[in-house]
Amino acid sequence: MATSLNPSATADLVARANALFEDLSFTSARQWKAAEPSRKVVGYMPIYVPREIIHAAGMLPLGIVGGGDQLEVIHGDAYYQSYICRIPRSTIELGVSGRLDFVDGMLFPSICDVIRNLSGMWKLMFPNVYSRYFDVPQNYRDDIGGNFYINELAELRNDLGELCGKPITDDELRSSIAVYNENRKLIRELYALRAERPWQAPAVEVYLMVRAGLLLPVEEHSALLREYLAGARADERPKRDNCRVVLTGMFCEQPPLNLIKSLELSGCYVVDDDLLLVTRWLTGDVETEGDPLRNLALAFLHHSESTAAKYEPNQKEKGQHLVRAVKRTAAEGVIFAAPSFCDPALLERPMLQHVLKEAGIPYIAFKYAENSGQMQPIREQAGTFADSIKQWSGA
Amino acid sequence: MTTAKIVTSGAPAKEVVKDASMLKQKEMMAAHYDRLTSAPETGDKVAATFVPGNLNELVMCFDLLNNLPEVNAIQNGLRRISGNYVLEAEKIGHSEDVCTYVKSDIGMMAKGNIAPNGKKFPNPDVLLLSYTGCFTFMKWFELLREQYKCETIMLHTPYMGEGKITKGMIDYMVKQLREEVIPTLERVSGVKFDIDRLREHLKKSSQAEDDLVRVLQSAKAKPSPIDAYFGGIYYIGPIFGAFRGTQDAIDYYRFLREEVEDRLAKGQGPVTPDGDMGKEKYRLVVEGPPNYTSFRQFWKMFYDEGAVVVASSYTKVGGVYDFGFRHDPSKPLETLAEYCLGVYTNRSLPMRIDMLVNYINEYEADGLLINSIKSCNSFSAGQLLMMREVEKRTGKPAAFVESDLVDPRYFSAANIKNRLESYFQMIDQKRSGATAAA
Repeated sequence: MATSLNPSATADLVARANALFEDLSFTSARQWKAAEPSRKVVGYMPIYVPREIIHAAGMLPLGIVGGGDQLEVIHGDAYYQSYICRIPRSTIELGVSGRLDFVDGMLFPSICDVIRNLSGMWKLMFPNVYSRYFDVPQNYRDDIGGNFYINELAELRNDLGELCGKPITDDELRSSIAVYNENRKLIRELYALRAERPWQAPAVEVYLMVRAGLLLPVEEHSALLREYLAGARADERPKRDNCRVVLTGMFCEQPPLNLIKSLELSGCYVVDDDLLLVTRWLTGDVETEGDPLRNLALAFLHHSESTAAKYEPNQKEKGQHLVRAVKRTAAEGVIFAAPSFCDPALLERPMLQHVLKEAGIPYIAFKYAENSGQMQPIREQAGTFADSIKQWSGA
Repeated sequence: MTTAKIVTSGAPAKEVVKDASMLKQKEMMAAHYDRLTSAPETGDKVAATFVPGNLNELVMCFDLLNNLPEVNAIQNGLRRISGNYVLEAEKIGHSEDVCTYVKSDIGMMAKGNIAPNGKKFPNPDVLLLSYTGCFTFMKWFELLREQYKCETIMLHTPYMGEGKITKGMIDYMVKQLREEVIPTLERVSGVKFDIDRLREHLKKSSQAEDDLVRVLQSAKAKPSPIDAYFGGIYYIGPIFGAFRGTQDAIDYYRFLREEVEDRLAKGQGPVTPDGDMGKEKYRLVVEGPPNYTSFRQFWKMFYDEGAVVVASSYTKVGGVYDFGFRHDPSKPLETLAEYCLGVYTNRSLPMRIDMLVNYINEYEADGLLINSIKSCNSFSAGQLLMMREVEKRTGKPAAFVESDLVDPRYFSAANIKNRLESYFQMIDQKRSGATAAA
């Protein structure tokens, strides 16, 4: 950490984000809720929910991405077989241990069968909490998938209106869309800065800054991002002789922070990734005029990230998002890092690897769990990858 | 009705007793595989699709042959060749963590794509990705599309997360069918869609479904004339596969019903590979798919103990008919949508628990056994909670065993047998406790 932190400009911000990250009691969200009796909190899991609707209801969207490596899972393992990934068991641990007892609602997005089934488990285990499986279309025609999705959004809007005690108006939605547009713009700037000068915005710091957005009110998070961006741009940090890599497969269960640190320490600058995709799922500004649900739907259909949880209708387009990411960020290789037993990431991986092979882009692959403790093998693998990239690029 | 003794291939040769209906089904399946593998000569075109959300009636409207990769994986499992296919797929980069149906299929392709009749499978002309109740399906057909480079149609079935089918879901599916699935099938097949032809097939489906339900519900009798899991897997074969909506299926299910009614009238139990099961001692409901690589060995662990499965969730994975749904020719596209939406793995966990509780009560079962499958998160994620909920709501004991679909590495006979024996003892204790209390 010592070389990646500049105490003068960003250290306090990173320390604050790190404190939020480490706080498994969600103190900041609890405090936000306690400030006014009418406030409510709605949790959501990966990969994407339209947080604008929660925000428009005056509620706090709270990203729940498992318990990480600091949570001791005592009860959660009793709910899952050994061959199921870790994020649902640590999420259940958060629930049964009372750490989420202030959460009024939970959304379980369409990402895989494990999270899908967790939606039903939550209904049974926490019957007083509003919980919903949030479906999204796999058909991208406006008049087919779009209409279905608008219906889903309308149902969610209606449900959250009931939860907060008043209907959510179009104006409230438009206003929330604008607030999230600003937040997404700042995240894009942050990613662009890192892609351009990764030594100025180390991966672990970028991760913590983005992760803070799952916990803080969006306005507060945008302010944090602005401050960090200003500090990171102003600072001059030492540039290492690292190679540049795109990290992929980490869109659901989160890697331990040490894993991200280890990659940079082993010689890989992370210049793009698919961590915490909800913060930049929509790739451009959502229209703020007109029907807000339709605008959210069109953005989802036509301007959203490609990932394993989505069907790609066009075979020629399969995996090209990764090739484009490599080109856009001038990356020299790709690291496939998938959680153990993650169906989306692991089923997708061979197809993406074939595309990279055709494009002549080197890659490596490994698996992790959110509580992986031993980083040495990963460090060695990533280090060897970095060395071989340097050799190839010099050849 | 008759049973027959046949000798299966492979050593050691042993006589296997089969119902006449099983033999009839075997002929049907053999004829289907012959039709499939003859496609290059006959010019027939082939659609690959999945068992849950299988739109066989629609596929037949375009004169397409229906090829189901899951069924092929099962066939390879039963023949004990899936293990090598799985290893082959892992060798070429597929993770050890993912579904072994997929890896068996990919491995089979890598090894020449040989059908159970020893001839080569034709490449599909279209992949009908009926995305129903299983995330893996989506990736599976993306993987196949990469290999076959053929047209692929996505039909997205929304998940019944809130425990109900909404108008929005039906509208979404009907519009996909009308504006994307049907036009693409017309283009691929060169056959114009005729909705009356679809209605005819649906009418036939409904007839066969009636008989299937009567067969499955015969297990309410004591003793049950069928085993609704191990035997049930044979019973669902035609209707979950390439025969729903055909006269063949109507004939088969009438024949099967008569066969079962005959056993019922005589007070007989199920036919097992070793002959009549003998005295029925335990009545179980089973949740989850079976293991196919040691299918007979697994079954034997039950019938040796006098345990019969009276209802199972797996036999609802290609369609839930026993709560009233039938394909309805008066609303052809809507009924296909309702069918897809209602399949077992597309139902929320609370709905699945309701079904299992209903089965335990209606079929007067002694308890629930879960066979948890490593490959299948759609089934398996949440099963431990399901087990507790069912126990709580029925007061009946439940047990949990683990295996895999077609990967022999995950079938531990000794462990499973131990657990089953303990479970049967638990049921005995529960019974004696109840008797003592009375």
